[in-house]
Amino acid sequence: MPQETVPSGPVASRLTLPHYVGDGAVHPPLLSPEYRSTVLRAPTRPLVLLPQSFTEVTGPLLGEGRVSPTDGDLTRQHDGEPQGQRIVVSGQVRDSDGRPVPYTLVEVWQANAAGRYRHAVDNWPAPLDPNFTGLGRTMTDSQGRYRFVTIRPGAYPWGNHDNAWRPAHIHFSLFGRAFTQRLVTQMYFPDDPLFDTDPIFNSVPDPRARQRLVSRFDWDTTQPQWALGFVFDIVLRGRDGTPFEDQKGEK
Amino acid sequence: MIPPVTPSQTIGPFLHIGLPWPDGPDVVPDGTPGAFVISGTVVDGAGEPVTDAMVETWQADPRGGFDHPDDPRTPAGPPLPGFRGFGRCPTDGAGRFWLRTVKPGPVPAPDGTTQAPHLDVSVFARGLLHRLVTRVYFDDEPEANATDPVLNSVDPAFRSTLVATTTPEGYRFDIRLHGDGETVFFAL
Repeated sequence: MPQETVPSGPVASRLTLPHYVGDGAVHPPLLSPEYRSTVLRAPTRPLVLLPQSFTEVTGPLLGEGRVSPTDGDLTRQHDGEPQGQRIVVSGQVRDSDGRPVPYTLVEVWQANAAGRYRHAVDNWPAPLDPNFTGLGRTMTDSQGRYRFVTIRPGAYPWGNHDNAWRPAHIHFSLFGRAFTQRLVTQMYFPDDPLFDTDPIFNSVPDPRARQRLVSRFDWDTTQPQWALGFVFDIVLRGRDGTPFEDQKGEK
Repeated sequence: MIPPVTPSQTIGPFLHIGLPWPDGPDVVPDGTPGAFVISGTVVDGAGEPVTDAMVETWQADPRGGFDHPDDPRTPAGPPLPGFRGFGRCPTDGAGRFWLRTVKPGPVPAPDGTTQAPHLDVSVFARGLLHRLVTRVYFDDEPEANATDPVLNSVDPAFRSTLVATTTPEGYRFDIRLHGDGETVFFAL
Protein backbone atom coordinates (compact mmCIF):
# COMPACT_ATOMS: atom_id res chain seq x y z
CA MET A 1 0.00 0.00 0.00
CA PRO A 2 1.24 3.54 -0.63
CA GLN A 3 2.52 5.35 2.37
CA GLU A 4 1.34 8.78 3.33
CA THR A 5 3.91 11.50 3.21
CA VAL A 6 5.57 13.70 5.78
CA PRO A 7 5.66 17.15 4.22
CA SER A 8 7.01 19.22 7.09
CA GLY A 9 9.98 19.59 9.39
CA PRO A 10 13.46 18.25 8.81
CA VAL A 11 12.25 15.54 6.43
CA ALA A 12 10.53 17.97 4.07
CA SER A 13 12.48 16.70 1.09
CA ARG A 14 11.31 13.16 1.70
CA LEU A 15 8.07 12.93 -0.24
CA THR A 16 6.70 9.53 -1.00
CA LEU A 17 4.61 9.43 -4.11
CA PRO A 18 2.16 6.69 -4.89
CA HIS A 19 3.12 4.65 -7.90
CA TYR A 20 0.61 3.11 -10.29
CA VAL A 21 1.22 -0.36 -11.66
CA GLY A 22 2.08 -0.83 -15.30
CA ASP A 23 -0.86 -2.01 -17.34
CA GLY A 24 0.37 -1.67 -20.90
CA ALA A 25 0.05 -5.36 -21.69
CA VAL A 26 -3.69 -5.28 -21.04
CA HIS A 27 -4.50 -2.69 -23.65
CA PRO A 28 -4.71 -3.08 -27.41
CA PRO A 29 -1.55 -2.43 -29.43
CA LEU A 30 -1.85 1.06 -30.89
CA LEU A 31 -1.09 -0.37 -34.32
CA SER A 32 -3.81 -2.96 -34.90
CA PRO A 33 -4.04 -3.04 -38.71
CA GLU A 34 -7.30 -5.01 -38.77
CA TYR A 35 -8.78 -1.78 -37.43
CA ARG A 36 -7.79 0.29 -40.42
CA SER A 37 -7.93 3.71 -38.79
CA THR A 38 -4.96 2.78 -36.62
CA VAL A 39 -2.58 2.58 -39.57
CA LEU A 40 -1.99 6.31 -40.06
CA ARG A 41 -2.71 7.31 -36.47
CA ALA A 42 -0.61 4.95 -34.35
CA PRO A 43 2.83 6.42 -33.59
CA THR A 44 5.75 4.78 -35.42
CA ARG A 45 8.35 5.28 -32.70
CA PRO A 46 8.39 3.48 -29.35
CA LEU A 47 6.79 5.26 -26.43
CA VAL A 48 9.22 6.95 -24.01
CA LEU A 49 8.84 5.97 -20.36
CA LEU A 50 7.44 8.85 -18.30
CA PRO A 51 8.32 8.61 -14.60
CA GLN A 52 5.31 9.16 -12.35
CA SER A 53 5.70 12.55 -10.68
CA PHE A 54 3.09 14.70 -8.95
CA THR A 55 1.63 15.63 -12.33
CA GLU A 56 0.90 11.98 -13.11
CA VAL A 57 -0.27 10.75 -9.69
CA THR A 58 -2.71 13.60 -9.25
CA GLY A 59 -5.63 14.38 -11.52
CA PRO A 60 -8.83 16.35 -11.83
CA LEU A 61 -11.37 15.58 -9.14
CA LEU A 62 -14.33 16.89 -11.04
CA GLY A 63 -17.25 17.68 -8.85
CA GLU A 64 -20.93 17.19 -8.93
CA GLY A 65 -21.44 20.57 -10.54
CA ARG A 66 -20.91 18.76 -13.85
CA VAL A 67 -23.80 16.36 -13.31
CA SER A 68 -27.50 17.20 -13.17
CA PRO A 69 -30.10 14.80 -11.74
CA THR A 70 -31.42 13.80 -15.19
CA ASP A 71 -27.97 13.09 -16.61
CA GLY A 72 -27.94 9.52 -15.32
CA ASP A 73 -31.26 8.59 -16.96
CA LEU A 74 -30.98 8.70 -20.74
CA THR A 75 -34.67 7.86 -21.08
CA ARG A 76 -35.81 11.08 -19.33
CA GLN A 77 -34.02 13.73 -21.31
CA HIS A 78 -36.87 14.54 -23.72
CA ASP A 79 -40.66 14.96 -23.66
CA GLY A 80 -41.30 11.34 -24.54
CA GLU A 81 -39.60 8.03 -23.91
CA PRO A 82 -37.11 6.70 -26.41
CA GLN A 83 -37.83 3.59 -28.46
CA GLY A 84 -36.12 0.40 -27.48
CA GLN A 85 -35.45 -2.00 -24.65
CA ARG A 86 -35.12 -0.10 -21.39
CA ILE A 87 -32.06 -1.23 -19.40
CA VAL A 88 -30.31 -0.40 -16.15
CA VAL A 89 -26.51 -0.40 -16.43
CA SER A 90 -24.71 -0.36 -13.10
CA GLY A 91 -21.43 -1.42 -11.59
CA GLN A 92 -18.55 -0.58 -9.36
CA VAL A 93 -15.37 1.29 -10.26
CA ARG A 94 -12.36 -0.14 -8.45
CA ASP A 95 -8.58 0.04 -8.51
CA SER A 96 -6.67 -3.05 -9.58
CA ASP A 97 -5.67 -3.39 -5.93
CA GLY A 98 -9.33 -3.75 -5.05
CA ARG A 99 -10.17 -0.37 -3.62
CA PRO A 100 -13.38 1.36 -4.74
CA VAL A 101 -12.92 4.62 -6.63
CA PRO A 102 -15.41 6.98 -4.98
CA TYR A 103 -16.87 10.23 -6.30
CA THR A 104 -15.42 10.04 -9.77
CA LEU A 105 -17.11 11.26 -12.91
CA VAL A 106 -18.42 8.62 -15.32
CA GLU A 107 -19.49 9.76 -18.80
CA VAL A 108 -21.27 7.57 -21.35
CA TRP A 109 -22.46 7.99 -24.93
CA GLN A 110 -24.15 5.58 -27.28
CA ALA A 111 -26.24 4.90 -30.38
CA ASN A 112 -30.02 4.62 -30.17
CA ALA A 113 -31.99 1.37 -30.34
CA ALA A 114 -31.70 1.35 -34.12
CA GLY A 115 -27.92 1.69 -33.99
CA ARG A 116 -27.84 5.34 -35.06
CA TYR A 117 -25.84 8.05 -33.31
CA ARG A 118 -27.21 11.55 -33.07
CA HIS A 119 -24.14 12.87 -34.84
CA ALA A 120 -23.52 14.63 -38.14
CA VAL A 121 -21.10 12.02 -39.43
CA ASP A 122 -23.44 9.08 -38.77
CA ASN A 123 -25.76 8.99 -41.76
CA TRP A 124 -26.57 5.37 -42.41
CA PRO A 125 -30.29 4.78 -43.10
CA ALA A 126 -31.50 3.92 -39.62
CA PRO A 127 -33.94 6.24 -37.88
CA LEU A 128 -33.00 8.90 -35.37
CA ASP A 129 -35.13 8.93 -32.25
CA PRO A 130 -36.39 12.40 -31.27
CA ASN A 131 -36.53 11.24 -27.67
CA PHE A 132 -32.96 9.99 -27.41
CA THR A 133 -29.71 11.94 -27.34
CA GLY A 134 -27.46 9.17 -26.07
CA LEU A 135 -25.43 11.13 -23.52
CA GLY A 136 -25.19 10.33 -19.81
CA ARG A 137 -23.11 11.48 -16.84
CA THR A 138 -23.00 10.43 -13.23
CA MET A 139 -20.68 10.30 -10.24
CA THR A 140 -19.71 7.15 -8.41
CA ASP A 141 -20.87 7.01 -4.79
CA SER A 142 -18.74 6.49 -1.71
CA GLN A 143 -18.32 2.81 -2.69
CA GLY A 144 -17.44 3.54 -6.29
CA ARG A 145 -20.86 2.46 -7.54
CA TYR A 146 -22.60 4.04 -10.52
CA ARG A 147 -25.93 3.51 -12.27
CA PHE A 148 -27.46 4.60 -15.57
CA VAL A 149 -30.90 4.02 -17.02
CA THR A 150 -30.89 3.89 -20.81
CA ILE A 151 -32.02 1.80 -23.76
CA ARG A 152 -30.09 -1.03 -25.26
CA PRO A 153 -28.16 0.36 -28.25
CA GLY A 154 -28.36 -1.32 -31.63
CA ALA A 155 -25.51 -2.68 -33.71
CA TYR A 156 -24.48 -0.57 -36.68
CA PRO A 157 -22.48 -0.95 -39.88
CA TRP A 158 -19.18 0.76 -40.54
CA GLY A 159 -16.72 0.94 -43.39
CA ASN A 160 -13.75 -0.91 -41.93
CA HIS A 161 -14.15 -4.01 -44.09
CA ASP A 162 -16.77 -5.76 -46.19
CA ASN A 163 -20.07 -6.07 -44.31
CA ALA A 164 -18.52 -4.75 -41.12
CA TRP A 165 -20.84 -4.27 -38.12
CA ARG A 166 -19.95 -3.06 -34.66
CA PRO A 167 -21.32 -5.12 -31.79
CA ALA A 168 -23.74 -3.11 -29.65
CA HIS A 169 -21.79 -1.06 -27.13
CA ILE A 170 -21.86 1.89 -24.77
CA HIS A 171 -18.84 4.22 -24.65
CA PHE A 172 -17.46 4.93 -21.16
CA SER A 173 -15.06 7.66 -20.02
CA LEU A 174 -13.53 7.58 -16.53
CA PHE A 175 -11.07 9.75 -14.64
CA GLY A 176 -10.30 7.87 -11.46
CA ARG A 177 -8.23 9.94 -9.04
CA ALA A 178 -5.05 10.42 -11.07
CA PHE A 179 -3.98 11.34 -14.61
CA THR A 180 -2.45 7.88 -14.72
CA GLN A 181 -5.85 6.22 -14.22
CA ARG A 182 -7.70 7.94 -17.07
CA LEU A 183 -9.61 5.38 -19.13
CA VAL A 184 -11.86 5.49 -22.18
CA THR A 185 -13.42 2.19 -23.11
CA GLN A 186 -16.55 0.46 -24.43
CA MET A 187 -19.03 -1.82 -22.69
CA TYR A 188 -20.48 -4.69 -24.69
CA PHE A 189 -23.43 -7.03 -24.13
CA PRO A 190 -23.18 -10.76 -23.45
CA ASP A 191 -23.24 -13.28 -26.28
CA ASP A 192 -23.10 -10.80 -29.13
CA PRO A 193 -22.72 -12.72 -32.43
CA LEU A 194 -20.69 -9.80 -33.83
CA PHE A 195 -17.77 -10.21 -31.44
CA ASP A 196 -15.83 -12.60 -33.64
CA THR A 197 -15.52 -10.21 -36.56
CA ASP A 198 -15.03 -6.95 -34.67
CA PRO A 199 -11.41 -5.72 -34.86
CA ILE A 200 -11.91 -3.19 -32.08
CA PHE A 201 -13.15 -5.73 -29.53
CA ASN A 202 -10.52 -8.23 -30.67
CA SER A 203 -7.71 -5.68 -30.51
CA VAL A 204 -7.40 -6.55 -26.81
CA PRO A 205 -4.79 -9.31 -26.99
CA ASP A 206 -5.71 -11.37 -23.93
CA PRO A 207 -9.10 -13.13 -24.26
CA ARG A 208 -9.65 -12.92 -20.51
CA ALA A 209 -9.06 -9.19 -20.55
CA ARG A 210 -11.42 -8.91 -23.52
CA GLN A 211 -14.17 -10.50 -21.46
CA ARG A 212 -13.83 -7.67 -18.93
CA LEU A 213 -15.39 -5.45 -21.60
CA VAL A 214 -18.55 -7.58 -21.66
CA SER A 215 -21.30 -6.71 -19.20
CA ARG A 216 -23.34 -9.48 -17.62
CA PHE A 217 -27.09 -9.80 -17.42
CA ASP A 218 -28.18 -9.51 -13.81
CA TRP A 219 -31.48 -10.47 -12.19
CA ASP A 220 -30.80 -8.48 -9.03
CA THR A 221 -30.77 -5.17 -10.88
CA THR A 222 -33.54 -6.18 -13.30
CA GLN A 223 -36.67 -4.29 -12.32
CA PRO A 224 -40.01 -6.13 -12.66
CA GLN A 225 -42.30 -4.68 -15.31
CA TRP A 226 -39.68 -2.06 -16.11
CA ALA A 227 -36.09 -2.74 -17.20
CA LEU A 228 -33.43 -5.41 -17.71
CA GLY A 229 -30.29 -5.12 -15.58
CA PHE A 230 -26.74 -5.32 -16.86
CA VAL A 231 -23.68 -5.08 -14.61
CA PHE A 232 -20.41 -3.61 -15.85
CA ASP A 233 -17.66 -3.36 -13.25
CA ILE A 234 -14.65 -1.27 -14.24
CA VAL A 235 -11.12 -1.73 -12.92
CA LEU A 236 -8.65 1.15 -13.18
CA ARG A 237 -4.91 0.94 -12.60
CA GLY A 238 -4.12 0.59 -8.92
CA ARG A 239 -1.06 1.45 -6.90
CA ASP A 240 1.71 -1.01 -6.47
CA GLY A 241 3.41 -1.85 -3.22
CA THR A 242 6.65 -0.02 -3.81
CA PRO A 243 6.01 3.69 -3.46
CA PHE A 244 8.74 5.88 -4.81
CA GLU A 245 10.87 7.82 -2.37
CA ASP A 246 11.24 11.34 -3.64
CA GLN A 247 14.65 11.98 -2.20
CA LYS A 248 17.96 12.50 -3.89
CA GLY A 249 20.18 9.49 -3.87
CA GLU A 250 17.58 7.12 -2.54
CA LYS A 251 14.92 5.02 -4.14
CA MET B 1 2.01 -9.66 -13.08
CA ILE B 2 -0.45 -7.92 -15.36
CA PRO B 3 -3.13 -6.22 -13.28
CA PRO B 4 -6.73 -7.20 -14.10
CA VAL B 5 -7.65 -3.74 -15.35
CA THR B 6 -10.38 -2.98 -17.84
CA PRO B 7 -8.84 -2.64 -21.31
CA SER B 8 -8.98 0.59 -23.25
CA GLN B 9 -11.04 0.96 -26.42
CA THR B 10 -11.11 3.77 -28.96
CA ILE B 11 -13.12 6.89 -28.24
CA GLY B 12 -14.58 6.44 -31.73
CA PRO B 13 -15.84 9.05 -34.18
CA PHE B 14 -18.90 10.10 -32.16
CA LEU B 15 -17.22 11.49 -29.07
CA HIS B 16 -18.90 14.86 -29.66
CA ILE B 17 -22.20 13.44 -28.42
CA GLY B 18 -20.97 13.00 -24.92
CA LEU B 19 -17.70 14.63 -24.07
CA PRO B 20 -17.41 18.31 -25.01
CA TRP B 21 -18.20 20.72 -22.18
CA PRO B 22 -19.08 24.37 -22.78
CA ASP B 23 -16.22 25.37 -20.48
CA GLY B 24 -13.97 22.48 -21.47
CA PRO B 25 -11.04 24.54 -22.80
CA ASP B 26 -11.07 26.81 -19.74
CA VAL B 27 -8.33 25.54 -17.47
CA VAL B 28 -8.75 29.01 -16.01
CA PRO B 29 -11.73 31.36 -16.49
CA ASP B 30 -11.59 33.99 -19.19
CA GLY B 31 -10.10 37.17 -17.74
CA THR B 32 -7.70 35.40 -15.37
CA PRO B 33 -4.53 37.50 -15.03
CA GLY B 34 -1.72 35.95 -17.04
CA ALA B 35 -4.03 33.66 -19.01
CA PHE B 36 -3.06 32.73 -22.55
CA VAL B 37 -4.31 30.39 -25.26
CA ILE B 38 -2.49 27.28 -26.39
CA SER B 39 -3.75 26.07 -29.74
CA GLY B 40 -2.71 23.58 -32.34
CA THR B 41 -3.70 21.03 -34.91
CA VAL B 42 -3.78 17.25 -34.67
CA VAL B 43 -2.61 15.61 -37.91
CA ASP B 44 -2.29 11.99 -39.01
CA GLY B 45 0.40 10.17 -40.97
CA ALA B 46 -0.89 11.51 -44.26
CA GLY B 47 -0.70 15.07 -42.96
CA GLU B 48 -4.48 15.24 -42.84
CA PRO B 49 -6.15 17.02 -39.92
CA VAL B 50 -7.73 14.69 -37.38
CA THR B 51 -11.22 16.06 -36.96
CA ASP B 52 -12.44 13.46 -34.47
CA ALA B 53 -9.85 13.80 -31.73
CA MET B 54 -10.07 15.15 -28.22
CA VAL B 55 -7.19 16.75 -26.35
CA GLU B 56 -7.10 16.90 -22.56
CA THR B 57 -4.53 18.57 -20.32
CA TRP B 58 -3.61 18.42 -16.63
CA GLN B 59 -1.14 20.72 -14.93
CA ALA B 60 0.11 22.28 -11.73
CA ASP B 61 -1.09 25.71 -10.68
CA PRO B 62 1.28 28.69 -10.96
CA ARG B 63 2.74 27.76 -7.56
CA GLY B 64 3.60 24.26 -8.76
CA GLY B 65 0.91 22.66 -6.62
CA PHE B 66 -2.00 20.33 -7.23
CA ASP B 67 -5.30 20.54 -5.38
CA HIS B 68 -5.30 16.81 -4.68
CA PRO B 69 -4.89 14.59 -1.61
CA ASP B 70 -1.80 12.92 -3.06
CA ASP B 71 0.04 16.24 -3.15
CA PRO B 72 0.76 16.95 0.52
CA ARG B 73 3.01 19.93 -0.12
CA THR B 74 1.82 23.35 0.96
CA PRO B 75 2.41 25.76 -1.90
CA ALA B 76 3.43 29.31 -1.09
CA GLY B 77 0.86 32.01 -1.65
CA PRO B 78 -2.85 32.04 -2.33
CA PRO B 79 -4.50 29.72 -4.85
CA LEU B 80 -5.50 31.14 -8.21
CA PRO B 81 -9.28 31.68 -8.22
CA GLY B 82 -11.11 29.47 -10.68
CA PHE B 83 -8.07 27.36 -11.50
CA ARG B 84 -9.24 23.88 -12.56
CA GLY B 85 -5.96 22.42 -13.79
CA PHE B 86 -7.83 20.34 -16.34
CA GLY B 87 -8.69 21.24 -19.91
CA ARG B 88 -10.62 19.39 -22.59
CA CYS B 89 -11.18 20.33 -26.21
CA PRO B 90 -12.40 18.25 -29.14
CA THR B 91 -10.78 19.05 -32.47
CA ASP B 92 -12.85 21.00 -34.97
CA GLY B 93 -13.37 20.44 -38.69
CA ALA B 94 -9.80 21.55 -39.35
CA GLY B 95 -8.27 19.38 -36.63
CA ARG B 96 -7.72 22.35 -34.34
CA PHE B 97 -7.99 22.53 -30.57
CA TRP B 98 -7.36 25.27 -28.03
CA LEU B 99 -7.08 25.73 -24.28
CA ARG B 100 -7.06 28.78 -22.04
CA THR B 101 -4.58 28.40 -19.22
CA VAL B 102 -1.71 29.86 -17.22
CA LYS B 103 1.91 28.77 -16.93
CA PRO B 104 2.29 26.03 -14.33
CA GLY B 105 4.92 26.36 -11.63
CA PRO B 106 7.86 23.99 -11.17
CA VAL B 107 7.09 20.45 -10.01
CA PRO B 108 9.63 18.10 -8.41
CA ALA B 109 10.62 14.99 -10.33
CA PRO B 110 10.79 11.58 -8.68
CA ASP B 111 14.59 11.76 -8.72
CA GLY B 112 14.55 14.93 -6.65
CA THR B 113 15.35 17.32 -9.47
CA THR B 114 12.96 20.01 -10.64
CA GLN B 115 10.87 19.68 -13.76
CA ALA B 116 10.36 22.56 -16.13
CA PRO B 117 6.82 23.96 -16.41
CA HIS B 118 4.78 21.39 -18.30
CA LEU B 119 1.29 20.18 -19.10
CA ASP B 120 0.43 16.52 -19.28
CA VAL B 121 -1.63 15.80 -22.40
CA SER B 122 -3.95 12.95 -23.36
CA VAL B 123 -4.94 12.56 -27.01
CA PHE B 124 -7.96 10.46 -27.88
CA ALA B 125 -9.27 9.82 -31.39
CA ARG B 126 -10.92 7.39 -33.70
CA GLY B 127 -8.14 5.00 -34.63
CA LEU B 128 -6.42 5.33 -31.26
CA LEU B 129 -7.22 2.20 -29.28
CA HIS B 130 -5.57 3.73 -26.23
CA ARG B 131 -4.97 7.37 -25.39
CA LEU B 132 -1.64 8.87 -26.35
CA VAL B 133 0.19 10.74 -23.61
CA THR B 134 2.49 13.63 -24.36
CA ARG B 135 3.69 16.81 -22.66
CA VAL B 136 3.69 20.50 -23.48
CA TYR B 137 6.79 22.48 -22.52
CA PHE B 138 7.32 26.17 -23.32
CA ASP B 139 9.90 27.71 -25.62
CA ASP B 140 10.36 30.72 -23.34
CA GLU B 141 11.69 28.49 -20.54
CA PRO B 142 15.04 27.50 -22.09
CA GLU B 143 16.94 27.24 -18.81
CA ALA B 144 14.33 25.14 -17.05
CA ASN B 145 13.89 22.98 -20.14
CA ALA B 146 17.63 22.36 -20.33
CA THR B 147 17.62 20.60 -16.97
CA ASP B 148 14.22 18.91 -17.16
CA PRO B 149 14.71 15.17 -16.57
CA VAL B 150 11.88 14.13 -18.86
CA LEU B 151 12.99 16.28 -21.79
CA ASN B 152 16.53 15.05 -21.24
CA SER B 153 15.34 11.45 -21.46
CA VAL B 154 14.06 12.10 -24.99
CA ASP B 155 16.22 11.76 -28.09
CA PRO B 156 17.40 15.34 -28.82
CA ALA B 157 16.27 14.97 -32.41
CA PHE B 158 12.64 14.77 -31.28
CA ARG B 159 12.63 17.02 -28.21
CA SER B 160 11.29 20.03 -30.08
CA THR B 161 8.00 18.19 -30.67
CA LEU B 162 7.29 18.66 -26.95
CA VAL B 163 7.96 22.41 -26.87
CA ALA B 164 5.17 24.88 -27.58
CA THR B 165 6.20 27.95 -29.55
CA THR B 166 5.29 31.49 -28.61
CA THR B 167 2.54 33.20 -30.63
CA PRO B 168 0.81 36.55 -30.20
CA GLU B 169 -2.08 34.82 -28.39
CA GLY B 170 0.02 32.49 -26.29
CA TYR B 171 1.54 29.31 -27.66
CA ARG B 172 1.21 26.88 -30.52
CA PHE B 173 1.49 23.13 -29.99
CA ASP B 174 0.78 20.82 -32.93
CA ILE B 175 0.37 17.10 -32.44
CA ARG B 176 1.57 14.76 -35.21
CA LEU B 177 0.37 11.25 -34.53
CA HIS B 178 2.43 9.34 -37.08
CA GLY B 179 5.37 9.81 -39.43
CA ASP B 180 7.21 13.00 -40.35
CA GLY B 181 7.65 15.24 -37.34
CA GLU B 182 5.93 12.69 -35.14
CA THR B 183 5.30 13.97 -31.62
CA VAL B 184 7.05 12.18 -28.77
CA PHE B 185 4.52 10.08 -26.86
CA PHE B 186 5.02 8.55 -23.45
CA ALA B 187 4.28 5.30 -21.70
CA LEU B 188 3.02 5.93 -18.21
